[in-house]
Order: sequence, then C-alpha cells, then structure tokens
Amino acid sequence: MQPLFVFLGFSAFIVYSTWAAFQATSGPVYYHFGGDGADYQSPFFSPELFGGSPNALFGKLPPWWPAFLPFSPAFLMMWIPAGFRFTCYYYRGAYYKAFWLDPVACTVGEPRKSYLGERYLPLILQNVHRYFLYLAVVFICILGYDAWKSLWFIGADGVKHFGLAVGSLVLIVNVILLGGYTFGCHSLRHLVGGFLDAKSKASACANCYNAVSCLNRKHMLWAWLSLFWVGFTDVYIRLCAMNIWHDFRIFTF
Amino acid sequence: MSTVTFKIWRSGEDGKDGKLVEYQTEASEGMVVLDVVHKIQATQANDLACRWNCKAGKCGSCSAEINGKPSLMCMTRLDMIPIDKPVTIEPMRAFPPLRDLVTDVSWNFRVKKKIKQFKPRPPDAPDGTWRMQQEDIDRVQEFRKCIECFLCQDVCHVLRDHNKHDEFIGPRYLVYTAALEMHPLDTEDRIPELKKAQGIGYCNITKCCTTVCPEHITITDNAIIPLKERVVDEFYDPLGWLWKIIRPKG
Ligand code: SF4
Ligand code: SF4
Ligand code: FES
Ligand code: FES
Repeated sequence: MQPLFVFLGFSAFIVYSTWAAFQATSGPVYYHFGGDGADYQSPFFSPELFGGSPNALFGKLPPWWPAFLPFSPAFLMMWIPAGFRFTCYYYRGAYYKAFWLDPVACTVGEPRKSYLGERYLPLILQNVHRYFLYLAVVFICILGYDAWKSLWFIGADGVKHFGLAVGSLVLIVNVILLGGYTFGCHSLRHLVGGFLDAKSKASACANCYNAVSCLNRKHMLWAWLSLFWVGFTDVYIRLCAMNIWHDFRIFTF
Repeated sequence: MSTVTFKIWRSGEDGKDGKLVEYQTEASEGMVVLDVVHKIQATQANDLACRWNCKAGKCGSCSAEINGKPSLMCMTRLDMIPIDKPVTIEPMRAFPPLRDLVTDVSWNFRVKKKIKQFKPRPPDAPDGTWRMQQEDIDRVQEFRKCIECFLCQDVCHVLRDHNKHDEFIGPRYLVYTAALEMHPLDTEDRIPELKKAQGIGYCNITKCCTTVCPEHITITDNAIIPLKERVVDEFYDPLGWLWKIIRPKG
C-alpha cells in the first residue's frame, strides 16, 4: 500500500465516521433500519446503550450526560474500535509513514531530526493494544448477534420470520471481515500460542496459533477490507433508512 | 546486446567525498549487476573496489544500493530494473564508507557479540544429545536463512536516518535474537536487554527491512512483533503477569 493511499483511505474513514457520529446527535434515526419488518443496526452504533432506535438498551439519554453537550450513541462506543485500529501493528506502521513521514518511504530521508520511536511517551502507550483486542472480541460477538437479527423479519402477522435480504448479507459480510481482521491480530497470535517456544507441548495452543497465523499473513488486506465494509454497512443502512435505497428481500419463510 | 549507462559511486582519496562516475558498457542477456561491475572493473576502471564472494546470493557480501534500493548486486538481473535510463550503483549508506562500493560493516559484528549466546537445557539423552519436534523448530528455521547481507540494517530508518547505532541493534539482530529466544532448547532470557540496551522500542514496524530481505525473511511480522509482544508480557501488561503464571509452559 502506498502511503498516499493509506493517507487518503484513513482520512476518508475518519471524516465519514465522525460525521456519522455527529449526525446522530439530533433529528431522525438513520443508523437503524426497521422498514419492511427488518432490524438492521449500523455497526458504528452497536451496542447502543442509549439512543433513539428500538435497539437502545437503557433509554434515550444517559442520565449523567451533561445537558449542554450533544449526545450520540456512537460516542460511548466508538473509542473501542478506533483505539483497536489506532494501536494495531499494521496500522501503526502504515500511519507512521503516511501521516508522520517517519520514514517518508524506505531509504527516503526524514523531515525531522529527533526520533523517539515507540520507546518513550507517547507512543510507548501503543503497548496497550492487547487490551483493545479483548474489547474488540466482545464487539465481534455483538456484531455477530446484529447480523443474526438481520435475518429475522416481522411479517404482516406480527411474528418474526427467518429470511434473507441484501441488508442481511451486508451485515454478515461485515462481521466476517471484521472477524478476519480481529482474529488475525498480532497480539492474539502471541497470546494464543506465540508465547510458547515448544508448541508441541500444548496442542490446543498450537492449533490456535496456526489458525491465527493463517489470518495474520493477510492482516493488511483484512484491515482495509473490513474498514471499507464497516463504513459501507453504515452507508447502506443510512440510505435504506432515508428511503433512498430499497432493501431487496431475497426470501422469507 | 544493448549499451547501458551505469553511474557508479567512486570515492575520493580518503574514502570520502565521492561522486557518481558514468560508465557505458554492453549488456547481454542474463547479466546481473555484479557482472556489470566486474566488466567495468576489467575494462575501464581497474581500481574500482567492490566486495563479493559467491555470486549466488548466499554469502551476503555484495550488498549495495541499486537505483536507491538496497539489493544484492549478484541477485539483481538487468531485466529486473529499467536500463533505458542510467542505473546508479552506490554503497550502503548506513555504514561508514571504506572505498567505492565497500563499506565498513564491523559495527554489526560488535553488536552480535553483545547478544547473550545460545544456552541449551541439559541434554535429553545420556549420549549428550537433545530431542526436538519439527513443529517447534519451524519458526526459528526461517530466521536461520539470514545471510548477514545487512541490507535490512542499511534500509532501517532508525539506523540510516537517526543514527541510533548505540541504542538499537537493528532488524538483523532482532532476527538473530528471535532465533535464540524462540528456540525450544534455549534457557536464556534476553527480554530485559531487548527493551533497554537493544532498543526494540525504536522500531516503528514500518517494514522496510522486510521488503529488502533477499532471503524473504518476514522480519517485522515474524521476528520483531512477536519479540515486542514478549516485551509487553514482561513490562507493560499487569494482567499478563497473572496469565504468565497459569498459561501452559514450553
Ligand atoms: S520495521 Fe523496524 S527494524 Fe524494520 S526497517 Fe522499520 S523500523 Fe527498522
Ligand atoms: S535478515 Fe535478511 S536482509 Fe537482514 S541481514 Fe539477514 S538476509 Fe540480509
Ligand atoms: S495487530 Fe492489527 S489488530 Fe492487532
Ligand atoms: S556475491 Fe555472495 S551474495 Fe552476492
């Protein structure tokens, strides 16, 4: 990946997701699509602890939220995937190059003299990555549940029927790509078996290590595909909720 | 056959103050850059200094920067690079120049001496031998392919641009440490030094070393990041200290 593409890709995502989060501070709910009996929740807003969609767990607004601040359900949760990606080994290497020019490109000199690397504050904090990983695994379970819910549609009889629509596929692909990214994490690779020198002594660890290594080899690809798709999922649900796109139902039982 | 222009770095009297000097020579099919250097040496510049040995990509002597990219001269075929423009051949820039294409790489050998040596556990069998599983040794076998060409040291911006030679051992020696540290027989602990004297935290995982390695060792992903994770276990992860007590040993 060329640093310029990394810069553009990352910037576009940050701008869009911030806009989406702030867009939800007022007005109608566009991060949830309930038309036609469907139940799609945008991954930027899941889990929704407080908020305006039917999936909000504890009501509209956290009682402790200062009244003068705008509130969006994304504010409570978005720091987790953001922190996970920010501290990811792949992204670190990529944005040090693309945003900090450290280095500009291999063998191309650098614009500044001093260099601290990840040895001192602030970047020494990148070592927290594995804690974000733990939270990210919980997220995968929640998004998996959202994808499962997207397969059930309330029919004219008021009962939920199993079915499949384009929106369900979008949400399923989303959790598969995010899963491929999360379960290929370098920290996970270390934690499940990389810490061992003799894996033959713990075959369960060896199997997990091999599985994670397999995803890890293409970690960069998973990282970009999942980043793109999670944004697209939000766009899809938003446009359906705004009645601009029509969610095509493939079948219902 | 076509005539190709090469710009080769020639040093001044004291080894410094060099400049690129143009040579033109016929290039024939299958030639590598080292052949060109030899041909120019034989016909146009008898005093051109270059280091080489095997001409097979296995001794790691002929490292240079070809069109700015750290490469082995003997493994860079002319059909892999654009030859319609002049081709530049320069010495590795991260090391002190000696003469023309030859640099002083002895810093690397001094670094190697400082890394704690292999310390195997007591032999498994009465005849003084050990038993290992292939799957346990797979991981370190990748690191043992290293030919010490030092191209990775040359490209690493921590050494090349920031001159942290006293505080950072560079990718080659992180690979070397990984080979020892992950060896199933080894009993030594090199993690505290890795963090402090050897400066693994200076590596910002930008992977230039991996892209130039002629042995295709996945330096960053398979050696450096796993070592960084071991440093996290030891120094930065309070939960990990608990986990270390209960997790499987081996
Ligand atoms: S990945 Fe680390 S060791 Fe390799 S070139 Fe980059 S900074 Fe240097
Ligand atoms: S790790 Fe690769 S690039 Fe570095 S010295 Fe060894 S063979 Fe050369
Ligand atoms: S290293 Fe990329 S997610 Fe952990
Ligand atoms: S001459 Fe031995 S590696 Fe090139």
